[in-house]
Amino acid sequence: MSLLDYFRRSRKKSASVAKDRLQILVARDRSARGAPDYLPLLRQELLAVIAKYETIDLEQVSVSLDRSSGCEVLELNIVLPDAPTLAAAKREARHAGAVTTPTLRV
Amino acid sequence: MARVIVITSGKGGVGKTTSAASIAAGLASRGFKTVAIDFDVGLRNLDLVMGVERRVVYDLVNVIKGEANLHQALIRDKRVDGLYVLPASQTRDKDALDLEGVGRVLKDLKGMGFEYIVCDSPAGIERGAQMAMYFADEAIVVTNPEVSSVRDSDRVLGLLDAKTRRAELGLEPIKTHLLLSRYSPQRVKQGDMLGVEDVLELLGIPLLGVIPESKSVLKASNSGTPAILDETSDVAQAYFDVVYRFLGVDRPHRFIHEQKRGFFRRLFS
Repeated sequence: MSLLDYFRRSRKKSASVAKDRLQILVARDRSARGAPDYLPLLRQELLAVIAKYETIDLEQVSVSLDRSSGCEVLELNIVLPDAPTLAAAKREARHAGAVTTPTLRV
Repeated sequence: MARVIVITSGKGGVGKTTSAASIAAGLASRGFKTVAIDFDVGLRNLDLVMGVERRVVYDLVNVIKGEANLHQALIRDKRVDGLYVLPASQTRDKDALDLEGVGRVLKDLKGMGFEYIVCDSPAGIERGAQMAMYFADEAIVVTNPEVSSVRDSDRVLGLLDAKTRRAELGLEPIKTHLLLSRYSPQRVKQGDMLGVEDVLELLGIPLLGVIPESKSVLKASNSGTPAILDETSDVAQAYFDVVYRFLGVDRPHRFIHEQKRGFFRRLFS
């Protein structure tokens, strides 16, 4: 096997890279498509309310809208810190495989 | 029954105007009274590509505002019988188009006996593009085999499904067609360009045709002739196939695979 073959084999054709990237991207775009325009604002306002009572990490909040057979489910996932400090909660979330912090589901 | 067709893509520079001019000219040459409307307010180009720029007096916005009537604004093509152009305005006013006005113009055109109304959409997904697609019965989505174009086409397909008259009224959805343009079979074979099957799989709409990358497109726009009228070129043949297929005639797809060229053709090309 020549050196040339080695290089030829290891390089993936750019068109198939493009296709792989697009498949992921298009799927993501499509799942966001049905979502109403108010979701970002809703998220922001809910956060403001919760932040009044609890210290929360913005990265630990997700708002999603699922549609299944004629019914829509708006899911709000917020990980509440149980450690005294936010930083500790963050650390824990990052290190522990299974997150033990309580989750508020709306 | 008149049909409204939107030529759209999301991304700019993929060949919307070239396709609109050629498809309109092709439909007219098959005997259908056809008008091509330029919706790109502020950046009108369809008149230029069709070679009628010096005959523009009134435009779409003038008609909508009641400053001119359709007979004054329509430009009759001198090469193809039954082909008309309704140019866009050069105004910078973004809100010059409104749904009510556009709807009225389309209704009047149908009343004048136009059988095909080809709407050349501006790039983007803003107001102008949405005006162009709102009343459509069919959509031809022009896509290049390239990542950003494919992604934008997918977004446009989402808009066609949601923000159009047919979607809002719950009518039969807009019929969508994929027109893959600037296609280079050689580069696909080398693995450096997305192939027809790849794009079809990603977008999931039926293929209307493949337009090969060709020098004749630039030559045609230089001289203000719709590319379909340069009958010797492969692009013209591809657009004629597209028009026939659009009209329901079965035509095998061409220009998808690399042409084998004989020794002499290679020598003298």
